[in-house]
Amino acid sequence: MVDSPPRTPPDPPLGTTTGPDAPACHPRPAPTGADDPLVIAGRTLGSRLLFGTGGMASLDALHRALAASGSDIATVALRRVDPQARGSLLDVLAGLDVSVLPNTAGCSTATEAVLTARLAREAFQTDWVKLEVIGDDQTLLPDPIELVAAAEVLVEDGFTVLAYTTDDPVVARRLEAVGCAAIMPLGSPIGSGLGIRNPHNIALVVEQAGVPVILDAGIGTASDACLAMELGCDGVLVASAITRAQRPERMAAAMRGAVVAGRDAWAAGRIPRRFHASASSPTDGLIAVDVR
Amino acid sequence: MTAATVNGAPWQGPHGATVAQVVDSWCPSPKGVAVAINGEVVPASRWSATTVTDGDRVEIVTAAAGG
Repeated sequence: MVDSPPRTPPDPPLGTTTGPDAPACHPRPAPTGADDPLVIAGRTLGSRLLFGTGGMASLDALHRALAASGSDIATVALRRVDPQARGSLLDVLAGLDVSVLPNTAGCSTATEAVLTARLAREAFQTDWVKLEVIGDDQTLLPDPIELVAAAEVLVEDGFTVLAYTTDDPVVARRLEAVGCAAIMPLGSPIGSGLGIRNPHNIALVVEQAGVPVILDAGIGTASDACLAMELGCDGVLVASAITRAQRPERMAAAMRGAVVAGRDAWAAGRIPRRFHASASSPTDGLIAVDVR
Repeated sequence: MTAATVNGAPWQGPHGATVAQVVDSWCPSPKGVAVAINGEVVPASRWSATTVTDGDRVEIVTAAAGG
């Protein structure tokens, strides 16, 4: 918390509306200019939109959507080599000068996740990892206990850990305390397209975070990504919403614009919600008309 | 002969076969590939010097599309 929050609104007067869909202003300082890049662990990224490569129909389609997104970092999973596989995902990323962010998707224990991260470091020569430890097969919700345990081991081992987590502010705090470089709370379950189910929790995570907050999972369309940024998130990771859209390239462009617009709106400082109208035209100087 | 498991499948090779030889037989290009044996990463720099022994569980992995 900052001592003198520059943009924390006063308590709402009676008659105004608040609620879980009201993106709260929060006491993190707003950026001061257009030069406002996302910086994670000292590294400046070229876009606040992170790209998840899962779900794309072809490498060619991926190439076009990735280019349209403007992202300069994209997640990849680690799987057994398929001797029959054709084309290289890594070549597509390299061709667009997009960095690889390995994930630990599919892991359900800290032990699996730690080994997967170490294999990824060896395979891709990066110590960055998007850490996922899944606790439930149906909802794919994170297992926070295993997650924090894995994060602690990987940070100790020199990894830059971006932790995919629930929208629980307390878990987020624990992840930051063990040294995670970014917190990645979900908006809703992976691939569900349900958007941000608890904007208030996301705002709470953002309010307390001393590291970047990247909303991950649940984005369905551009307005969801925009809302994440309006809530003060530092970035958004989008996979299925782009890769499984009917026209992925066009959705990638939409997400790119949404993230920029949301960031600008957050930095601009939105007006408070009001229950009744507030005239924007002057009430003085109105003409008098006699009606007979 | 050595009997091991490579990516979940039974594997048999000559006694003294190295990790480098196993990787070579599985994928034409080892770029972006990593190996673990029995849950421990074997760095590429040690593939030629590491032999596969009976009962080893070898995993050879690479990038796949994923969120």
